[in-house]
Amino acid sequence: MSQPKKNKPGQVETTGHVWDGDLREYNNPLPRWWLWAFYATIVFAVVYWILYPAWPYGDSYTKGINTVEYTVEGENGEEKTVTEHWNTRALFTKSMQSSPSALAQQEWIDKVEGMSFEEIEQDPDTLQFAMSVGHGTFGDFCAACHGAGGQGKIGLFPNLADNAWLHGNSYDTIVSKIEGGINGMMPAQNVPEDTIDDLAKYVLSLSGNAEISGEAASRGKQAFASCAGCHGQDAQGNDGIGAPNLADAIWDVADVPGCGDDLGCKVDEITHVVNNGIQRQMPAFGDRLTETQIRMLAIYVRQLGGN
Amino acid sequence: MKHESIEINSGLLIVLTLAVISIGGLVEIVPLFHIEDTVEDVDGVRPYTPLEIRGRDIYVSEGCYACHSQMIRPFRDEMLRYGHYSLAAESQYDHPFQWGSKRTGPDLARVGGKYSNEWQTQHLVNPQSLVPESIMPGYPWLLETPLDYSQIEERMVALKRAGVPYSQTQEEYDANVEKFGKEMADKLHVPNATQVLEDQAAAENWDGKPGEITEMDALVAYLQMLGTMVDFSKYEDGHFNQFR
Repeated sequence: MSQPKKNKPGQVETTGHVWDGDLREYNNPLPRWWLWAFYATIVFAVVYWILYPAWPYGDSYTKGINTVEYTVEGENGEEKTVTEHWNTRALFTKSMQSSPSALAQQEWIDKVEGMSFEEIEQDPDTLQFAMSVGHGTFGDFCAACHGAGGQGKIGLFPNLADNAWLHGNSYDTIVSKIEGGINGMMPAQNVPEDTIDDLAKYVLSLSGNAEISGEAASRGKQAFASCAGCHGQDAQGNDGIGAPNLADAIWDVADVPGCGDDLGCKVDEITHVVNNGIQRQMPAFGDRLTETQIRMLAIYVRQLGGN
Repeated sequence: MKHESIEINSGLLIVLTLAVISIGGLVEIVPLFHIEDTVEDVDGVRPYTPLEIRGRDIYVSEGCYACHSQMIRPFRDEMLRYGHYSLAAESQYDHPFQWGSKRTGPDLARVGGKYSNEWQTQHLVNPQSLVPESIMPGYPWLLETPLDYSQIEERMVALKRAGVPYSQTQEEYDANVEKFGKEMADKLHVPNATQVLEDQAAAENWDGKPGEITEMDALVAYLQMLGTMVDFSKYEDGHFNQFR
């Protein structure tokens, strides 16, 4: 750098270049602290290169001297320690195994694994843990369809917060449905047009939603014979195949409560279901969730319905 | 070269500036092309079927990527919510990739199979009807708009030029049979595309409107495929660490 003569106090140095006869450029050197911070970043970079993966060469790269250790299960079931160069995937594997939160949770998961559903119900602390994991899991995997509170959506997704269970409420059933999913299917019925009205009213009368008597009632009852195969003679449903009870006040597919006192609307709702059938799927979660997660979820889901 | 000659020659200044600022990008990107384990060696990843390609096109044109990422990062909390972290191999046939850079909505990298087709359709038509607290806009027109797949072959050829192994010749087809199995190779064969697309749309009632191929069919088929190609139960803990 060319240093011109010292300037008068208050006057800034110039670089010495002169353009067009009288244009000069001020020379304001970088502050010292900034310059040292800049050198420090260079030193930092060199240290980083030594510790962490950094420079590519050929079909590989420098791995750095920093390592991560985690354990894997060997072929004979014994645990062996793996040491790898520092990388985010190894850190992830490690954090799944031994981060403080993973360890704290694992302790309780081990407890749940060793207990039957009945034992968990009897142990308030374990139950509380299972319920809180179940609640979180429900929010991530179930709430999108069944609603944050399990209220479901009439016509699409069953309400889990009432005490009517399409498939029964034993823990084993709930677990197996979460694991394997559900294919909800009612075939469309071919009911003659002159009978469908009677059938709909007959079905509604079972839950006190309509009144029907005389010939119309017997026509409706006769038509119901083809429904009774699944829903039962007394329309109490069959939880072995997920056929709902038609004689209670709970509606899962036909939005009868949404009709208020409008009988025509109620009949339309029933007619629609009878004519079109039902096709609903619940995905299987056996691949997505661990067995213990599903058990804890089952505990949460079961209590949603008041059990 | 004198500093002055750069300063007074704007063309030269531009060229040299570009050269300097591209160093940063080049040293980060170029090595990935020749570092051996950038893309993991994993079973199951295949190119998209014709219907999925159109679904992906709609995903892009509706701007889904602006709010949804398709990349699960290797963190414990993400694993618990979304599943196994995403592999580079899983987006190797994505042109352009849909990793996204921002999550206003949840990550979609493993959304396939998480919800039913009915849910996806109803949710895309009116998200708030299923998730009242959601801020996602509805896309009801997808259910009304017939899917235009007249150019599906051209679209596949374009992707092929970008490196996706769709087949046009017998030779390429045979290679795909070897790599993905006959059933899948048939679906990746460009001359079959229209038929394959129609078959897939009819095979499953994606949008609840049988007999009609709508944009909803394509989008739901695409979403239901996301993240389902790799069977992670086949690989033990830490298996994919060797690729880093």
